[in-house]
Amino acid sequence: MSKQAQPIVVPRLATLWALTLLSTAAEAAYEVNFQQPATLVAQEVYDLHLWMMAICAIIFCLVFGVMTYSLIKHRRASGGAAARFHENTRVEMLWTAIPVVILIGMAWPVTKTLLVIRDSSNADITIKVTGYQWKWGYDYLKGEGEGIRFMSVLATPQDQIDGKAPKGEHYLLEVDRPLVVPVNKKIRILTTSNDVIHSWYVPALAVQQDAVTGFIRDTWFRAEREGVFRGQCSQLCGKGHGYMPIVVEVVSAEKYAAWIAKQQQEMVAGAEDKDKVWQLAELMQRGEAVYGKNCSACHQPTGKGIPPAFPALDGSKVATGPKAAHIATVLNGRPGTAMQAFAAQLSDTDIAAVITYERNAWSNKTGDVLQPAEIKAVRR
Amino acid sequence: MNATANGHSDHRPSGWRRWLTTTNHKDIGTLYLWFSFVMFMLGGIMALLIRAELFQPGLQFLEPERFNQIVTLHGLIMVFGAIMPAFVGFANWMIPLQIGASDMAFGRLNNWSFWLLIPASLLLITSLFVPGGAAGVGWTLYPPLSVQMGIGMDLTIFAVHILGISSILGSINIITTVLNLRAPGMTMMKIPMFTWTWLITAFLVIAVMPVFAGAVTMILTDRHFGTSFFSAAGGGDPILYQHVFWFFGHPEVYIVILPGFGIISQVVPAFSRKPLFGYTSMVYATGSIAILGFFVWGHHMFTSGMPVTAQLFYMYATMLIAVPTGVKVFNWIATMWRGQLTFETPMLFALGFIFLFVMGGFSGLVLAMTAVDVQMHSTYYVVAHFHYTMVAGALFSAFAAVYFWLPKWTGHMYDEKLAKLHFWLTMIFFNVTFFVQHFLGLAGMPRRIPDYALQFADFNMISSIGAFGLGLSQLLFLYIVIVCIKGGAPAAAKPWDGAEGLEWEVPSPAPHHTWEVQPVVK
Repeated sequence: MSKQAQPIVVPRLATLWALTLLSTAAEAAYEVNFQQPATLVAQEVYDLHLWMMAICAIIFCLVFGVMTYSLIKHRRASGGAAARFHENTRVEMLWTAIPVVILIGMAWPVTKTLLVIRDSSNADITIKVTGYQWKWGYDYLKGEGEGIRFMSVLATPQDQIDGKAPKGEHYLLEVDRPLVVPVNKKIRILTTSNDVIHSWYVPALAVQQDAVTGFIRDTWFRAEREGVFRGQCSQLCGKGHGYMPIVVEVVSAEKYAAWIAKQQQEMVAGAEDKDKVWQLAELMQRGEAVYGKNCSACHQPTGKGIPPAFPALDGSKVATGPKAAHIATVLNGRPGTAMQAFAAQLSDTDIAAVITYERNAWSNKTGDVLQPAEIKAVRR
Repeated sequence: MNATANGHSDHRPSGWRRWLTTTNHKDIGTLYLWFSFVMFMLGGIMALLIRAELFQPGLQFLEPERFNQIVTLHGLIMVFGAIMPAFVGFANWMIPLQIGASDMAFGRLNNWSFWLLIPASLLLITSLFVPGGAAGVGWTLYPPLSVQMGIGMDLTIFAVHILGISSILGSINIITTVLNLRAPGMTMMKIPMFTWTWLITAFLVIAVMPVFAGAVTMILTDRHFGTSFFSAAGGGDPILYQHVFWFFGHPEVYIVILPGFGIISQVVPAFSRKPLFGYTSMVYATGSIAILGFFVWGHHMFTSGMPVTAQLFYMYATMLIAVPTGVKVFNWIATMWRGQLTFETPMLFALGFIFLFVMGGFSGLVLAMTAVDVQMHSTYYVVAHFHYTMVAGALFSAFAAVYFWLPKWTGHMYDEKLAKLHFWLTMIFFNVTFFVQHFLGLAGMPRRIPDYALQFADFNMISSIGAFGLGLSQLLFLYIVIVCIKGGAPAAAKPWDGAEGLEWEVPSPAPHHTWEVQPVVK
């Protein structure tokens, strides 16, 4: 994939040498280091790691050099009687003290970098990242782009996962709507979660922060170059843990402004359709898409679910019974289960569409057609 | 088996009742060791299922939720079913022999702590077959995810309770035995390192297993009785669980490794034909590792969001552990220095242990650096790191112990050629499996995912091939042990000319009852 970045040649040589020494598989075709850093912090972390590896490689050679010498020189076959010594205070004090000095040498630069990593003040743009089972929600809170919010869902088709279609270049690392940020701006990320603990992890930006249910955590990055950076949820969060990637698109200031304008237009366009009266066919088409992104991971495209954790919708009491209970379930979720509240995630139109879809798909032929206004009336 | 010297009869029930009702430390040790091997195989099969799924990108064998369940059970079974019982097995067999005691202090308690393992492991295994399957949350059982799970989670919680009781009872027994039943003249600073490390480990077990039991009980009441210890909606905090869990979890790491240090500290001098270098500093180093182990749990939570001062504290405290650990490694090398070395299988495993454990120590040091850890946390780098310490640490030392003491247990020598083959296969396939996982972690592959992006494909394939080799090599180990039990060259009372200690003064195989008259140590 990426080629290594510039600085500090000596430790890099030492590291490469150590890796080649230690590994039978370290060939040029294989990536054996961090991803190419895209921020100054990531570059610092990259270099720190190389330093650590260099120090470890030196200690490795010293310790195992002595051991190997002893294994050859002091083996019984080479003759000679065993010595009887079993202590030496001076040596023991030395090999307690020297590691302490080495450790201080290692801790010092790490401490400096850590203090930089944790200073999230004076951000240009603040974005709230919410983990859901199993997708990410982005909410531009402050700075340029304020007010934009959207969900970001895995874009890899199920057929690729099941091996029924060839896998694309960015298999499992592609989303429908990436997080877009401008280059050279300090982006503060606030993480939280809607259900279980997730973790927002983008290696090239050297950012990893757990998203904890009911609490806000923060981290930050300032991308030094434009590009697309990919990461994944790194905290086990249930069956879709491997399927909630993160894509961050770093763009120029102009492109970012254009992107914002486009988002705002779409939000206005989305607001207009509230008074429209929808037909069944339209709602079914839109509902199927919403279902595919938000519901099918658990309830399955077939509506059969994976009982008992994820109940079937096909023929279920909720999806074929009174509309009010169905709407309430989708809006508010079912506390204590994996069924989340979609009130804050989906628009009235999307909820009307997906409920209409669920009530008319598979063997559920209720013929009910829900209008966005009905959802709006129930919302508080 | 041989009658004992004083003519006191070797009476015991025969058949299954011998094993069910036994209070004999050797029989119970044997039960522990066989139980542990069965669990090792079971956990190993689960590891192979994981590696089979990860052989290629895409989903082939396991649904994602099944994959999570297998990952969880692999961890729980290996830690609580395979490693810990193996070391309790060695303790049962060897501590009374090493300190000149006729048996463990509490015979019936000993029997009970073994048989508790059976219902506990059955709960874990049957949880796979209940509706919703086993808990798919990882062995750390983090809420809120563990609160979401089905009934399999409840079975896991009860299994943890029972396993905890078992190991606490076992530890009480070990402490009482070591402190009270030593032969005259066997002062504390003369007891063999294996016994010393176990004494310290037993205190760790008693200190932290109740903490773990408390944490899972809080999950249980959050699940069923309306409490919200770990739910912000009710005034709780999911991170509280992580603190409590890792307050147990980090000392647990040392529970798993300290007895291994003890074994290596006996095997290395035996095959160097030279006394252990720095016995006193070994004892103090073990004690300091155990105590420091209580102050570093936060390094498992560097990304969960803690103040920078806490991150720095946990980083410095963690790095400090490298000092006593380094002392141990230097002592082992100094023991070999100017010795008269031979390389029988126990020594090979001891050397393999030192080599791989030092590598695990290096990756641990890198992970301790908070700034670097932020990019490695929860990736395959961590998976590689703890397998270097747990497999190469605990498992290699267990193999060293089995080969070292097998002649004493069975009265026969094992097949040295096959055993060496077992070592080399294990050593090579272990590295093929786990070394490449460092690279996967560096490149950013998160752990516990059933499927992965294409750039991770090559190393995953290598790792899976290694895993199958590593797994199959252990069948050779089973064969060697069974052949050794059935027959082979008779073993002398002291089959290793450089070995020292009371255990080599009783005949091989060790009679059913030993040290009925306590030896006097000068």
